Amino acid sequence: MPTATCRCGETIVDDRWEKLDEIIEKHRAKQGALIPILHEAQELFGCLSEDVQLKVAHALGISPAEVYGVATFYSFFTLKPRGKHKIAVCLGTACYVRGASELVRALKEELGVEVNGTTKDGRFTLEVVRCLGACGLAPVMMIGDNVYGRVKPEKIPEILKEYQ
Amino acid sequence: MAKVKLTIDGREIEAEQGSTVLEAARQAGIDIPTLCYHPAVGPSGACRVCVVEVERAKTLVASCVYPVAEGLVVKTNSARVRNARKTVVELLISTHPQDCLCCDRNGRCELQALANRLGIRTERFRAQKPQREPDASSVSIYRDQNKCVLCGRCVTMCRDIQGVGAISFAYRGQRTLISPSFEHGVGEVECVNCGQCTKVCPVGAIVEKDETGAVWDALDNPGLTVVVQVAPAVRAALGEEFGMAPGTSVTGKLVRALHMLGFDAVFDTQFSADLTIMEEGHEFLSRLKSGGKLPLLTSCSPGWIKYCETFHPEFLDNISTCKSPQQMMGAVIKSYYAKAKGLKPENIFSVSVMPCTAKKYEARRPEMRASGVQDVDAVLTTRELAKMIRMAGIDFANLEDDDFDSPLGESSGAGTIFGVTGGVMEAALRSVYEIVTKKPLADLEFTQVRGFEGVREAEIAMGSTRVKVAIVHGLGNAGRFLAGLRPGDSPYHFVEVMACPGGCIMGGGQPLSLEQDVAEKRASVLYQEDRNKAVRKSHENIAVRRLYDEFLGKPGSELAHKLLHTTYGERARARVEEARRQAVIGAAGA
Repeated sequence: MPTATCRCGETIVDDRWEKLDEIIEKHRAKQGALIPILHEAQELFGCLSEDVQLKVAHALGISPAEVYGVATFYSFFTLKPRGKHKIAVCLGTACYVRGASELVRALKEELGVEVNGTTKDGRFTLEVVRCLGACGLAPVMMIGDNVYGRVKPEKIPEILKEYQ
Repeated sequence: MAKVKLTIDGREIEAEQGSTVLEAARQAGIDIPTLCYHPAVGPSGACRVCVVEVERAKTLVASCVYPVAEGLVVKTNSARVRNARKTVVELLISTHPQDCLCCDRNGRCELQALANRLGIRTERFRAQKPQREPDASSVSIYRDQNKCVLCGRCVTMCRDIQGVGAISFAYRGQRTLISPSFEHGVGEVECVNCGQCTKVCPVGAIVEKDETGAVWDALDNPGLTVVVQVAPAVRAALGEEFGMAPGTSVTGKLVRALHMLGFDAVFDTQFSADLTIMEEGHEFLSRLKSGGKLPLLTSCSPGWIKYCETFHPEFLDNISTCKSPQQMMGAVIKSYYAKAKGLKPENIFSVSVMPCTAKKYEARRPEMRASGVQDVDAVLTTRELAKMIRMAGIDFANLEDDDFDSPLGESSGAGTIFGVTGGVMEAALRSVYEIVTKKPLADLEFTQVRGFEGVREAEIAMGSTRVKVAIVHGLGNAGRFLAGLRPGDSPYHFVEVMACPGGCIMGGGQPLSLEQDVAEKRASVLYQEDRNKAVRKSHENIAVRRLYDEFLGKPGSELAHKLLHTTYGERARARVEEARRQAVIGAAGA
């Protein structure tokens, strides 16, 4: 197991690669194993780095270029580390006409990031999505797995406080 | 095969069940335009240029993937069809760079031809695509994403036919692009430089790395002696670049043209092909006698070598240590020839003309400096040489024949057939047979090793020994073949592997054609030249014998090893282990 010594003297053990091996083994025999493996690998590492993709490619005997193709095709996958909490603002038609773009503006201002950006403290990543399927609650946004409906821009700081 | 009857453009046509409307139409002489379809890589239905109207179908259908059926009524030239095709191509052109005049493919671009054929005379749409820097990271191929029409032919060729998968589609929608893994340069990933992608690209998005500039500069430099060697396959195809029919031999004209371009000496890679047989035959016999590693795998094809180093390092000890004919010639020119002419190796500029893009990479391998400097300085593909000939204003088709220069221009028929799949094996067998049995071969033509089957096998009786050989071409075939072998335990004694399907005649640097009948015609040129040769066995090449007598000693000698043999090494595909370690250290440091 790869280990390293921190400047504080503590030994750091990284067992995520062993866990990745297990994930690969679990899915390997199934047809279309690549996507579920990438899914769990992203959960494990927070993102799909080059090394993770290479490891998966070689383990499954497919080319790294193809893995990269899949990782970049689906918007769910991310190649860069994302914040602890993912904010997804719906920009579908209903939310849009009910002022979702104002929400995005307020979030950008509050967080100091652009869309797809991650705050410096690694707490939030701001994303926009097309229709979360809750048009009756427009405008809608999600933070992690929590849904917020009829959100007003001025409520944003208060909502974000729940995640401090 | 069962037949079905269908109607295309009012004509009743019989077609094989399971074939497509496109195939049926083309067989009947109706040429439906295509872009993403290529006979060598199969249909994908991506571009929609080949749409036709099928009665009772709701929408226009892509004829390249639409199967024929009994009673089908098809219109390939209705107003609706013409409009749709035109719009498709107009949209493709809308983001395509408008620099056709400066494009390598100017005049032979399929998109250009389509626009012309469909009568597109105004630019109806113009859209901006984010521009990307061209990828110049490879010594063999040059990729300009901005010209890419996303037909996917290169991806299919690389992944499915060559089994390499160095490039793939990435992203989606308007951001879609064809890319090596992680958007690295193609020279930084597991590309083996075979160049088959350059032959299927319909536009100028993937072309060979152009070295004509360096060669012109050398020719203009009075301080340099500029010599050139030409591979066998070049003479079987170069004529096609000048409008001659496939299957026309242009050996004499080729030599004349090279002299006219100003090369000081024109040598024949077939000479060093004969030399390769001497060394490789010797190596084979010594492995056979001393129980060395078998099967012996041939080493002439640098794309294959890089493939084996990358994907099957467990077979590296099986590969012949012989350099390829290009590199043997390179080493001989800057040693033996330099000495004979009283030249310093660094004052010789050694050019080779090859049917191959991987040769550009091979010439630059660090092992290829037997003379103390880079043995082969520049490598031109057949297509690049054609460019130089055109640039010089040489009327190629009407040239008088000329002869190669001595001493490195003499060759046997065995050297000639190196250019076609099975040829190296046949050449080796001709010599090995006579050396083993000490009897002259009654019939020189080992027809059992000829042909275009992806993997062929033969067993040849040599006195009391039965030698089992195999011939493999195309890296996808090679991968499957090796997967069925274990390095130390194989029924075969000797296996020829060529990276390109068809062998060098269909190499990545050849005139753009992948049709089977063209392969057969090019092969026939080499087999005919072999038949016309006075000497047809490598070990009877007088000039090669003289090279041994005067310089090298005997096959496998110390000097022969220094100049004509090489080593291989595993290429890391995975940087994973190293990366893991660094990731942890990085995390600790942070």
